[in-house]
Amino acid sequence: MTKFALSPDREKHVEEILSRYPNRQAACIPVLHLCQEQNGWISDDVVEWVAARLDLSAAHVKGVVTFYTLFNKEPVGKHQVWVCQTLSCALRGADEILHHCEKRLGIHVGQTTKDGKVTLRTAECLASCGTAPMIQVDKDYYENLTTAEVDRILDRLIK
Amino acid sequence: MLRQTTYLTKRYGVPEGWTLPVYERDGGYEQAKRALSMPREALVEEMKAANIRGRGGAGFPMGVKWSFMPWPPKPEKPHYLVINADEGEPGTFKDRTIMELDPHAVVEGCIIGCFGIGAHAAYIYVRDELHLSKARLWGAIKEARAKGYLGAKPFGIDYPVEVYVHTGAGAYICGEETSLLNSLEGKRGEPRLKPPFPAQSGAFGMPTTVNNLETIAAVPVALAMGGDAFSKLSDLHDQKDGGCRLYGVSGHVNTPGVFEACVGLTLRELIYDLGGGVKGGELLGVIPGGSSCPILRPDEVVNAPDAKSPLHRWHGKNVLDVPMGVETYRALGTMLGTCCAIVLNKNTDIVLAMHNLMRFYRHESCGQCTPCREGSAWLFRILDRMVHGEATMEELDRLHEIADNIMGNTICAFGEGTAMPALGFLRKYRKEFEEHVRTKGKSGTGRLAL
Ligand SMILES: Cc1cc2nc3c(=O)[nH]c(=O)nc-3n(C[C@H](O)[C@H](O)[C@H](O)COP(=O)(O)O)c2cc1C
Ligand code: SF4
Ligand code: FES
Repeated sequence: MTKFALSPDREKHVEEILSRYPNRQAACIPVLHLCQEQNGWISDDVVEWVAARLDLSAAHVKGVVTFYTLFNKEPVGKHQVWVCQTLSCALRGADEILHHCEKRLGIHVGQTTKDGKVTLRTAECLASCGTAPMIQVDKDYYENLTTAEVDRILDRLIK
Repeated sequence: MLRQTTYLTKRYGVPEGWTLPVYERDGGYEQAKRALSMPREALVEEMKAANIRGRGGAGFPMGVKWSFMPWPPKPEKPHYLVINADEGEPGTFKDRTIMELDPHAVVEGCIIGCFGIGAHAAYIYVRDELHLSKARLWGAIKEARAKGYLGAKPFGIDYPVEVYVHTGAGAYICGEETSLLNSLEGKRGEPRLKPPFPAQSGAFGMPTTVNNLETIAAVPVALAMGGDAFSKLSDLHDQKDGGCRLYGVSGHVNTPGVFEACVGLTLRELIYDLGGGVKGGELLGVIPGGSSCPILRPDEVVNAPDAKSPLHRWHGKNVLDVPMGVETYRALGTMLGTCCAIVLNKNTDIVLAMHNLMRFYRHESCGQCTPCREGSAWLFRILDRMVHGEATMEELDRLHEIADNIMGNTICAFGEGTAMPALGFLRKYRKEFEEHVRTKGKSGTGRLAL
């Protein structure tokens, strides 16, 4: 297996990130985000690379990775669909949206479609309660959803 | 009293309202420039007079917090300003609107804040999911830097200020200020024991002030108006709860959203005048300020015969008619929190509503303290059994016990933030819970949605 390394573009970004903080450790989470952007998930190779790059122990970096929900501990689909399931969204039909996604994608929460295109997950309150129900697809929010709208969004992802 | 204002939301809906030219057309950055030439004490006094109560949940007076910073700063101990935009409290969605629609108010607030506490760097901690918010904040920082409002000599004045955006990676607990500091330092977001408080040892072990994002965004407005005048916008000026603020309302209302009004708005006004009234039936209850605040029932009446109570003026009135303030709500046995209410109509299954929130707390406990980690898991497990018609009366009573055991036995306020709303549901809807257990779940509507 080839060892992980950040692309030259992103590597330049690391230098800029480091300049923001009084020590290297503080760059840990932003740099992990950069790595995940490139690699899709945080493998042990990534952990080792980040540890070496920031002068941290691999155990420290691993501890950080396992603490935060958004760091993928295993490979995920090309797209990630997060359905907010917390109270404000639940009161306005998050349940229906979630079941609709499961049916449409033919998978359960936590699973990835067979073609590797979409991973379906639930999220806790995404600070969009006034426009519930809502989902996040990769970096974008979709708010005030109906099942018809969900179909349009998912169609774009799986076609 | 319902007095809608547009001091904080003036640029909401304005085309390109988040850009520097629009902000400057409204007098943007004049206050930052003015603040940097004020004596520091005068600035802090002005902020104390504004009576801005922290908008992040605890309601601590902002000016007083600034004054806790060691003074004068020691060269070997640089001060930091940290802005909390983790916005993870269920039901809360106000800070996001400021970041997306008026990010320059945040940057200007940071410049003034840095000067007020003796810092030269501010970190805005934004939850990672808010990609547009982060982009708008970075955009504003870039514009301000290009104009020379940030950097080595803001406005030509010899007081360097830098502002940075830092992101988390999905953990509600990182909204707790000491957990946030650990996360900023590149560690697991586990809360720290206090003391030491951040003003003594915060970010990178240095004196630090943590302010909520809405708190800091209100600073330029308050300074422009003058602290005392800003405070007097509020109906609760005499309780040192000043100014105007953002209110949110979500759940079963016809027009959910974020609204700006003077402090002292009532829940009735928030639900019926701003939120367009209850959707899909009568009102069952309201969670006033994010899910950690105990629920209020619409038939509760204020009992405050003591003239010294901050609630005395509303003795005998319905809770929905009490001005929403830090002190008034504390005296009601709940909290103002983030001032973002979740409305539940009578078709809501209260057991399912509590189940939903307890799942949240179980998932988000950082796990350091046994009472919180185990307690939140047990609360959820029993509720899950109840939802499936399997729980006994004994287990219903045990829920109280478990919640009581969390209170006061944990490192951070997450514990209380779990136990207090749990007890609120159980005490105020005891009849519904008993009925649910007796009928093995058949009494519930089984519905959360409409
Ligand atoms: C579990 C927990 C979560 C919190 N989440 C947030 C949050 O998302 N945003 C926030 O501003 N404050 C949050 N707080 C409150 C902060 O600890 C802190 O009091 C606040 O940021 C201080 O700013 P303020 O005084 O301007 O309100 C949270 C507190 C706890 C205990
Ligand atoms: S109270 Fe809960 S969230 Fe807070 S430190 Fe303890 S275990 Fe973590
Ligand atoms: S509950 Fe779904 S965004 Fe807040």
